[in-house]
Amino acid sequence: MRELLEGKKIVALGERDGVSGPAIEACVEAAGGDVVLSATECFV
Amino acid sequence: MGSDVSEQGPVVSHARHVLAHAPGLIRHGSKPARELESDPDLAEPLFGSLRTFEEAVAYPPNQAFLGALHPRELPERPWISASSDGAERFAAHGEHMPEEELLGLMAAVDEFELLTLGEELSERATSALGEHPLAESLDLDRLGAVTGDAEEAAERPGSLPLHLGGDHLVGAVHRADEEDAALQSFVLLENLAAKATATLALLHLVRGADIDPNSIDYVIGCGEEAIGDRYQRGGGNLGKSVAAAAGLQGASGADVKNFCAAPIPALVTAASLVCAGVFERVAVVAGGSLAKLGMKFQGHLDNEMPVLEDVLAGAAALVERDDGGSPRIRLDAVGRHTVGAGGSQDKIMQALSVEPLERVGIDMLAVDDYATELHNPELTEPQGSGNVPERNYKVIAALAVRRGELDRSDIDDFVAERGMPGYSPTQGHIASALCYLPHACQRLTEEGGAERVMMLAKGSLFLGRMSELSDGMSVLLERNPNGG
Repeated sequence: MRELLEGKKIVALGERDGVSGPAIEACVEAAGGDVVLSATECFV
Repeated sequence: MGSDVSEQGPVVSHARHVLAHAPGLIRHGSKPARELESDPDLAEPLFGSLRTFEEAVAYPPNQAFLGALHPRELPERPWISASSDGAERFAAHGEHMPEEELLGLMAAVDEFELLTLGEELSERATSALGEHPLAESLDLDRLGAVTGDAEEAAERPGSLPLHLGGDHLVGAVHRADEEDAALQSFVLLENLAAKATATLALLHLVRGADIDPNSIDYVIGCGEEAIGDRYQRGGGNLGKSVAAAAGLQGASGADVKNFCAAPIPALVTAASLVCAGVFERVAVVAGGSLAKLGMKFQGHLDNEMPVLEDVLAGAAALVERDDGGSPRIRLDAVGRHTVGAGGSQDKIMQALSVEPLERVGIDMLAVDDYATELHNPELTEPQGSGNVPERNYKVIAALAVRRGELDRSDIDDFVAERGMPGYSPTQGHIASALCYLPHACQRLTEEGGAERVMMLAKGSLFLGRMSELSDGMSVLLERNPNGG
């Protein structure tokens, strides 16, 4: 995962009934990615 | 709270639901209105894919919504092609109103002549509503007061046309102020639709159960509409407006707001008011969300399906002192999604489904039904939103596994037996557990077969851009030990 994300700019789109934006952001940053936008949306 | 609370009630004594077929209003739903403005050619496929009233009544999830069958008795999908012989407009939990009566009902609760109804529609709606079982509770004289020339009305500056189905112009809704953004015609149309459907549900509850309307002390609105003017957008009060429209002369009311999750805090607030002795009888009401009509229509068209988000929903429930038979609201088993719980699904569900049960020493498997977000997946999957109820149920089941109450291999059985297929129209707060309340009352009384039902709702605070958080609340309902 680190090879996939390290140094990359990432847009993290989460959803309320799944994985939230901040949770994705935390994972991406832990893997060396740079989150340029993080949001949680509701799809219902 | 100690055991005294659970020994005193309060209870949910009645719950009723309504649907109102609204294919002509789909064009004013938020998503269709935006898409039609940018691409007028969408009108032909959109309006060519509307369902008839009979098709909407026969749609099995709508039958489940109105109590003709339990959601777990729904046939295998696809439901759009399922046979529903014998489907009736009136069912155990309420009714499915046709569109011309809905527009007439909106006029009947329109105290400011915001609507104009063309003569043909006005006559037909007056006649149809005059035959309605609740006719004596409706102010049908108002239809006469707003009857006029539909074409002229639709041309007025700031007005929106009203149609039956795709293209039959029958009236218009007008703005109440030239400059106030909160009183423009599209806002007032949403609010009138919510008021009408909530009033219809409350009238079914009061008249259907032969309840003295003057015995209800307070009405709590928990819909999603922004009632107000420019100085307090969304700060208003639909609860008391609905109480007045339903003839509850002894009631006052106010609203509880919490996006889709509002019905559970409203129910808990109502129960708390009764438990504290502030009021004896409190109604909780919610009207339909016009903005969400046709919300996922593009997915339906792409999959050659009819536009299924064509109904407004309404709900009403009555909370009162223990009557010795109705399901109890366990105020000592309320779950809440705290600020510190964060945003991960397992933490949220831990707070909502595990912690309240731990507090009162009840196992997760001692709850017969979990009612969570019950959006119909046949509406959401074509647009890529997935099966929301199934996702929620799997998280709840996983928590039961983590607690050692359930074997991992039994997760599917847990979901099938204690969960249910989503069957609610995507009407936000209505789909958030509230849609199950009439079923819960049925399951927790007489031969219903259940001892406990957990109601669990979530709301998307982040949509308002004031917090990244979501919210949620749950409450346990229990068969009354004194009867039921």
